[in-house]
Amino acid sequence: MALILNLAVQAAQMLLVLALAPLLTGFVRKVKAQLLRRQGPPLIQPYRDIIRLLRKDVVLADNASWLFRAIPYLIFAATWVAASLVPTFGTGLMFSWSADLIAIIALLGSARFFLALAGLDVGTAFGGIGSSREVMIASLAEPAMLMIVFTLALVAGSTQLSTMAGFLASGEVGLRVSLGMAMIALIMVAIAENARIPVDNPATHLELTMVHEAMVLEYSGRHLALIDLAAELKLLLYISLIACLFVPWGIAPPDAPPTALLVGAVAYAMKLAACGFLLALFETSIAKMRVFRVPEFLGAALMLGLLATLLLFVSRSL
Amino acid sequence: MHGLSFDIAHLLAGSLVLVSFMLLYQDRLYALLNIYALHALVLALAVASQAYVQDAPHLYITAAIALVFKAIVIPIALHRMIVKLGIHREIETVVGIGPTMLLGIGLVALSMVVILRVTTEADPLAREDLAFALSVVLLGLLMMVTRRNVVSQVVGFMSLENGLVLAATGAKGMPFVVEISVAFSILIAFIVIGIFLFRIRERFDTVDVHALDRFRGERL
Repeated sequence: MALILNLAVQAAQMLLVLALAPLLTGFVRKVKAQLLRRQGPPLIQPYRDIIRLLRKDVVLADNASWLFRAIPYLIFAATWVAASLVPTFGTGLMFSWSADLIAIIALLGSARFFLALAGLDVGTAFGGIGSSREVMIASLAEPAMLMIVFTLALVAGSTQLSTMAGFLASGEVGLRVSLGMAMIALIMVAIAENARIPVDNPATHLELTMVHEAMVLEYSGRHLALIDLAAELKLLLYISLIACLFVPWGIAPPDAPPTALLVGAVAYAMKLAACGFLLALFETSIAKMRVFRVPEFLGAALMLGLLATLLLFVSRSL
Repeated sequence: MHGLSFDIAHLLAGSLVLVSFMLLYQDRLYALLNIYALHALVLALAVASQAYVQDAPHLYITAAIALVFKAIVIPIALHRMIVKLGIHREIETVVGIGPTMLLGIGLVALSMVVILRVTTEADPLAREDLAFALSVVLLGLLMMVTRRNVVSQVVGFMSLENGLVLAATGAKGMPFVVEISVAFSILIAFIVIGIFLFRIRERFDTVDVHALDRFRGERL
């Protein structure tokens, strides 16, 4: 019985993240537009975009290889699996034994590797610039992310996300400066990884400084739909990760009754809305950085992660 | 005693180390002074919490000195000095920010290794405080070494002194006279440095210490 319930929760989560990801992006865009006193597109616009793109024909460059055609599916699959492993409304997921934080980072890293390859594949100058910058950002963001994982794993005694979320939700954690530093570092990494404003502008195709959009410039039709959906899933994933690690209140424990799952779902929706609003507020109140200042920004995240790990050695365990 | 009070002491001392890193990261003079004021404020909070935990009322006076002199008077005085000297431009750093940060992390790790090895029998609160205090001192020294501008060297010196105060409050039974005399000697040092700053400026038209090296005939 418990197996069936866990399987149902897992399936519900897979569908939920897929269904919510475009809504979250639409919500962030709407809030941003409202903050600029514009009306903004309706909340369901990202769904419409994806459906429209799915209907359109694919236009391929003459020299595109098979890899170019396969990559959107690889990226989408990797991101979807990663997003469905992060606990959202409950920790009792069927595959939570495999939801290791390092595995999730590896999934996202492989997705990024393929995206960078796709940017290089056709051989346009823009794709090359985009790939080189993406890899530069990733090479700084990933060590920072691993330091954050070390910090959390040292605190919780496990790298498994469901165990971590359960431990952090319990009161035994106490007040720890390392966790605060890890949270700030994780937010900085999330901003960089999702190509949000101080690092990259997600709303333009026209800037010379663009990173993510430069790599996917050659994609069209259903390929572009999948890549867009994967980007939206990634944003949802990072917000869920921050929510389940640092504001885990309300999340349903394993083998919880359906009412607890419902409470978890409501709490999750509220967390998503709050994080989306804060993201939009942050993005409207800050200017984009020069590309060559990004290493400093991510270096600060790496420094925070390192410091958080170091400070743990002189904490309560003395 | 363990539990929450330890966590709060850890939080404040850890934040002090973090603010030291923010001082290292900052490359504008005004922002540097604001962060120095924050540094002193965090120190005052840490000392006050130690006073509460150790039930030592004289530490409240140390906290008040930190709050009034270091968080308010010295930053305002330095601010005025900067305006008078006409140097609101960026700080030149000798090494880049990235390597400096890494060096700083290395120093924090070093101080933890040293202190945790040496003080295995001491009270955990004192051990933790000493480890953080030594890192703040080393970070202040690092800041004095890597900066060329005299004003930011002064800020590095002051942050170093904050680390000393943290160490003094962590060790139980440090006589109050010692703390008071340290605080006032720092104040005197600040005044002397301030006067020297204007003399250097008068003489060389800059507060970059490399001008002094050049004047002595050293090769750069």
